[in-house]
Amino acid sequence: MIAIIDYGVGNIKAFSNIYKQLGLEVKVAKSASDLDGASKLILPGVGHFDYAIQRFTDSGMRETAHDMVVNHKIPVIGICVGMQMLAKSSDEGKLPGLGWIDATVKKFDASLLHQKTRLPHMGWNDVSPISINPLLVGLESDARFYFLHSYYFACNNPMDTIATANYGIEFSSIVNHENIFGVQCHPEKSHHFGIQLLKNFATL
Amino acid sequence: MLRPRVIPCLLVHDKGLVKTVQFKDPKYVGDPINAVRIFNEKESDELMVIDIDATRENREPDYKMIEYLAAECRMPLCYGGGVKTADQAQRIFSLGVEKIAISSAAIHTPDLVSEMADRVGSQSVVVVVDVKKKLLGGYEMYTHNGKKSTGKNPFEFVAKMEALGAGEIVVNSIDQDGVMKGYDLLLIEKIRQSISLPLTVLGGAGSLQDIGNLINKYGIIGAAAGSLFVFKGVYKAVLINYPNWNEKDKLINEYSPIIKA
Repeated sequence: MIAIIDYGVGNIKAFSNIYKQLGLEVKVAKSASDLDGASKLILPGVGHFDYAIQRFTDSGMRETAHDMVVNHKIPVIGICVGMQMLAKSSDEGKLPGLGWIDATVKKFDASLLHQKTRLPHMGWNDVSPISINPLLVGLESDARFYFLHSYYFACNNPMDTIATANYGIEFSSIVNHENIFGVQCHPEKSHHFGIQLLKNFATL
Repeated sequence: MLRPRVIPCLLVHDKGLVKTVQFKDPKYVGDPINAVRIFNEKESDELMVIDIDATRENREPDYKMIEYLAAECRMPLCYGGGVKTADQAQRIFSLGVEKIAISSAAIHTPDLVSEMADRVGSQSVVVVVDVKKKLLGGYEMYTHNGKKSTGKNPFEFVAKMEALGAGEIVVNSIDQDGVMKGYDLLLIEKIRQSISLPLTVLGGAGSLQDIGNLINKYGIIGAAAGSLFVFKGVYKAVLINYPNWNEKDKLINEYSPIIKA
């Protein structure tokens, strides 16, 4: 069963609604014991990096999730700030990240953007797969997703990037390292493109 | 390529959806949940829902309705109406709403913008300015559905909102509302020059060409509309409509000055 980690940050309902419509079983985990028996984890997140990390730590689920992901290789997908939390650190905050993927989170360089609107990167943008990955089945061409962020995920190991997007620079929009996945955009708010991605994660 | 956003804006009055003309004469156009479902099917870029009763009646936002809307909505949702405190904003955020719009509260308590940004993140704080032309030239901000003048200059105000940590500005032209004769491009230009935040404009769109003209001038912009997406034809028959991905791409390609990421 997929567990959506509810630590008070992120749109939990949007994920559970999509999975319900797909006829897939999900549960919303609010404490470490709720994570028992989960075969996959979803780590949502919005807002400030430090706030999200702190709330995750305070939820009491961080250690259990760490054990499941790192020691037992349970697949996990981080969404938006939930993805950024997978990194070792972020320009946005002072607290260390989870460090599940060898990466840091950097702020977009606004001087590379030529239009009047600079940050946040807000709206629908193309997501271009650069490798074959089960998470990207059915999204090989013309996939577009909703983005809302000012910081981006910079992988230290280029192989971890499985899809890119462009906003002044080419950045990692979707990453994968072993059992760990991260998505910068919002699949829960990206219509059929996002539903496809969430379905792919469920059927990994 | 990042695309301009094309956004239906729905007004809630007496629990139904309405469309106004110059902020007056609300005409019933249907049920909010039903409309959200139709925009799901049409895969709209975002959706904006404004409760036009809450501030006027000085009451709390209708959390039950917001919860239903958010649960149904499969695109980013912006809610506005009656939000006065960071606690209310956080509660609405926790119901699954991505963006929270404030208007009169930001005028009376500008610090609310930074307080909200600290709680839910700047990206989710939207400031809406309702603007009307002054008789002798220039523009002025209004609140309470265009009934209360504030004497405030919208251009100075939006710059202040940017400094306080707003994530997006929505500028709504009272004069153009429901008229369907095109956006007030002079107003938009002056707002655009005042801020570098994402800007969404509302009021006056009568055709996709009107949206195209905006894209031509600004590239990345939020083009919001009410009447355009709920009425069809010269007699304004109620029919929810929205361009599909191909129609939007065609519009963008046709009008884009230079394609900028």
